[in-house]
Amino acid sequence: MTTTAPGMPETQRVKNPTPASTGTLHGRSTAGRWVREHLVAFFGILALVYLFVPIFVVVLFSFNNPTGRFNYTWVGFTLKAWADPCGVSGICDSLLISLKIGVLATLAATILGTFAAFAMARYRFRGKAIANILIFLPMATPEVVAGSSLLTLFINLGMPLGQTTIFIAHVMFCVSFVIVTVKARLASMDPKLEQAAMDLYANRYQTFIKITFPLVLPGIVSGALLSFSLSFDDFIITNFNAGQTVTFPMYVWGAYQRALPVQINVIGTAMLLVALVLVIIGRLAAKLRARR
Amino acid sequence: MTAATTTTSVVVPTDDVGAGLHVRGLVKKFGAFTAVDGIDLDVPEGSFFALLGPSGCGKTTTLRMVAGLEDPTAGAIYIDGNDVSRRRAYQRPVNTVFQNYALFPHLTIFENVAFGLRRRKEADIRKRVMEMLELVELAHLAERKPAQLSGGQQQRVAVVRALVNKPKVLLLDEPLGALDLKLRRQMQLELKRIQMDVGITFIHVTHDQEEAMTMADTIAVMNQGHVEQLGEPAQLYENPVSVFVANFLGQSNLLRGSVSGSDSGWLTVTTQAGSLRIPTERSSATGVDCLVGVRPEKIRLHEIGADDAVVPASHNSVIGRVVDASFIGVSTQYQVVIAGDQQLTVFSQNTGTSLLRPGTDVVLHWDAAHTFVLDGAEDLRSGLDDPEAE
Amino acid sequence: MSVAAALSTGGGHTAAQQNGPTGRGKLTPYFLLLPAGLALLVFYVLPTLTLATTSLQTGSLEQGYSLTWNWPTYGEVLTQYWPQFARSFGYAAAATILALLIAYPLAYTIAFKAGRWRSIMLMLVIAPFFTSFLIRTLAWRQILADQGPVVSFMKATGLMHLTDLIGMTQGRILATGTAVVIGLAYNFLPFMTLPLYNSLERIDRGLLKASEDLYANSWTTFWKVTWPLALPGVVGGTLLTFIPAAGDYVNQRFLGTIDNTMAGNAIDSLFLQQRQYPQAAALSLVLMVAIIVLVSVYVKRSGTEELV
Repeated sequence: MTTTAPGMPETQRVKNPTPASTGTLHGRSTAGRWVREHLVAFFGILALVYLFVPIFVVVLFSFNNPTGRFNYTWVGFTLKAWADPCGVSGICDSLLISLKIGVLATLAATILGTFAAFAMARYRFRGKAIANILIFLPMATPEVVAGSSLLTLFINLGMPLGQTTIFIAHVMFCVSFVIVTVKARLASMDPKLEQAAMDLYANRYQTFIKITFPLVLPGIVSGALLSFSLSFDDFIITNFNAGQTVTFPMYVWGAYQRALPVQINVIGTAMLLVALVLVIIGRLAAKLRARR
Repeated sequence: MTAATTTTSVVVPTDDVGAGLHVRGLVKKFGAFTAVDGIDLDVPEGSFFALLGPSGCGKTTTLRMVAGLEDPTAGAIYIDGNDVSRRRAYQRPVNTVFQNYALFPHLTIFENVAFGLRRRKEADIRKRVMEMLELVELAHLAERKPAQLSGGQQQRVAVVRALVNKPKVLLLDEPLGALDLKLRRQMQLELKRIQMDVGITFIHVTHDQEEAMTMADTIAVMNQGHVEQLGEPAQLYENPVSVFVANFLGQSNLLRGSVSGSDSGWLTVTTQAGSLRIPTERSSATGVDCLVGVRPEKIRLHEIGADDAVVPASHNSVIGRVVDASFIGVSTQYQVVIAGDQQLTVFSQNTGTSLLRPGTDVVLHWDAAHTFVLDGAEDLRSGLDDPEAE
Repeated sequence: MSVAAALSTGGGHTAAQQNGPTGRGKLTPYFLLLPAGLALLVFYVLPTLTLATTSLQTGSLEQGYSLTWNWPTYGEVLTQYWPQFARSFGYAAAATILALLIAYPLAYTIAFKAGRWRSIMLMLVIAPFFTSFLIRTLAWRQILADQGPVVSFMKATGLMHLTDLIGMTQGRILATGTAVVIGLAYNFLPFMTLPLYNSLERIDRGLLKASEDLYANSWTTFWKVTWPLALPGVVGGTLLTFIPAAGDYVNQRFLGTIDNTMAGNAIDSLFLQQRQYPQAAALSLVLMVAIIVLVSVYVKRSGTEELV
């Protein structure tokens, strides 16, 4: 008969009478043991809660009714900002620009990145090691350095700063992420599948369309989604290369000085909700597809 | 009855190769490493042919070259008289069953099996696919995905996915390797049955000699890129022509000796344990130095001085002392030390005779016609399942 | 040669395969790599060069700039801005340690204690970061506000006196370096958590059982077995946190004040407000080199070469 305290996890309820051997001696209180066992998990959950505190604040303050220009202290509950999310001038324009650049940069980065990923995953060639480094570097460079060096390029070339330069900057730092994502997906694909297709009379084009592409598609989609979120949320690199154009993160940065409308929190909350919904849809779709 | 010998690449006029699969002088090099060293094979149409050998011997590479998944460095592959060695895999009337099945995970079982038919735009796809699935009793799983099937079921799907295309030759790349013992035995019988039903030439690659012996009509034993011996299972087993084959298929006792004479179809070989006689046609020795071999199950042993210790005239015999006796149930395995500190293994079938204890002096004898002789220049340990071999 | 054909040639063939019937396979990888490679060369490698050359230019916005190999710019920039550099590395280091302390129990819990909740918990780690980086950082302003819950609590319990004494706070949290560090640590938590989780998850549970069997208690097992085995994750996580944190200036702008700016603030200001391009470029280059040096030393010392 074991003297287990209620609520102890399964691993402690051993069938035979010898106690579980997590360094406990007979005579230590079971409560003490319980605490030590769960200490780590306790801090872990605490950390998880901590992650959500600012989010909670963002959502909460989207319902705030502030006096004055800034939204720093809680005044009262209202749905005013939710009813009029574009009420502040410039905010929805910046949102549209962010979306537009996000979509275009994602398209470009995904196409470039997917081709490159095939080269890196499927072939052995001279200079592959250098290519690997070249792909890895943008992911490891601090944004301030990447953004400012691109700016010097544009300055020296005399190129006007605007949506085009932002687009270029975004493609530059997104490509590496797409490559890494698609490459990982390709690597996990059994190379024999393509051989099987060819053995079954599919020529190279058919093999690609029917077998390779459908199987690598989830990786491409992952890479594209990652690319879009990186682009949409980017501030530092964008700020350096935007000129007069204002993307949404740049709008928030500027608003910090002038006035912080509640709409910022509304849009922030909306972004979170949209992303969560997409993730849930994605998981449900994957579950459905696996069952069929 | 001479055993087939290996040849280096020889150009053969194409009218020599009729129906069935023929390989001539096939070579494959990977950089400095030669995986396949100029082999010739003749596989009769409609037979079950096995490529047997340890890993690294070149059997899988050979298979992949026949399938078109690997380009030969040199040589030709003839199917029904046509040289297909320059054609791509999708242009050959050959299909493969892969080692880990390679079922397309994103397609249903039905679509997997229908894949080849669809690419060739054949008629009656639905009917043909369902027929095949019924052949292996998987018709009810047609709409599932491969991940939802067990290993044995996936294996059967892989087989019919290839068969449904009615290839001239079906290639199987160690298809039973991933299955547990019981399932493997079951699938061996089933594959053999399918082959006999359907009548297509099967080429089966395996490292399991029991599997090859059970299933194949003809076996080619491969070692380090060349064919050691090719023939029917019984022939390979009873009359091996190289140490590798003698050790790789079952077990052999090998003694060093020298040819000391011959008369009327018999060779006499002198060993440290005495003189032995062998039918001349069972010798592959090229010189005087040779290795004399006999399989353990062919040897009888009796305690010296016992009533039944009578050696028939047509038998070879040696004397020795038992050093180990293991009762396995079906048989008893004896280790007997003979002159020259050599050991012989004997499998004695359990017919109710009592066990002979270690230390007993015994006489061993066997029908001289069961003896075989191999060339003395060969390595005694070749083909043994042991890191020091080869 | 169609792209699709090019893409499928490679499947399963070894390098030696490229002397097959279609010898054109040899150039395919280069063609595939070309667009992305070119983009990276022109928009990543080239800018690094222009950054270097810009730092050696003199001139002004009105008169234009010319390359005069003006090395003294570096001296000027370093003497004027070394406090910002010190703060960048100091805050980043503090934030990295803080993030490690928060993320390790979290990653450990997900890896060892989560069971079937694992993928949900992983998603929960990432979910907060679906909202905008700047908005999240602004939220910390609200949390750490002078009249906000945290400061009120600290003042009420007297904790504020303690932290004032050791210089962490100044009667308030906002506008201090502490606030910046808190913001940095928070924003880069997923970058610390996920590599840690990956490393921890890979540890063979049998090793932990073996350690217990050999008389080690949980703490000893952790230090002697778990921690060393998960070290690659620690190195990866700390790098992925430190590098962007050292270059960040958004947290500083929102949570700090003009008295404790970081190198990033200076670079931003020099480029976009003061338009002193040579100085700005020099500062940026020094930051990049400093980070590379620090990281190399760190990786060598930690002895784990493979990170990515």
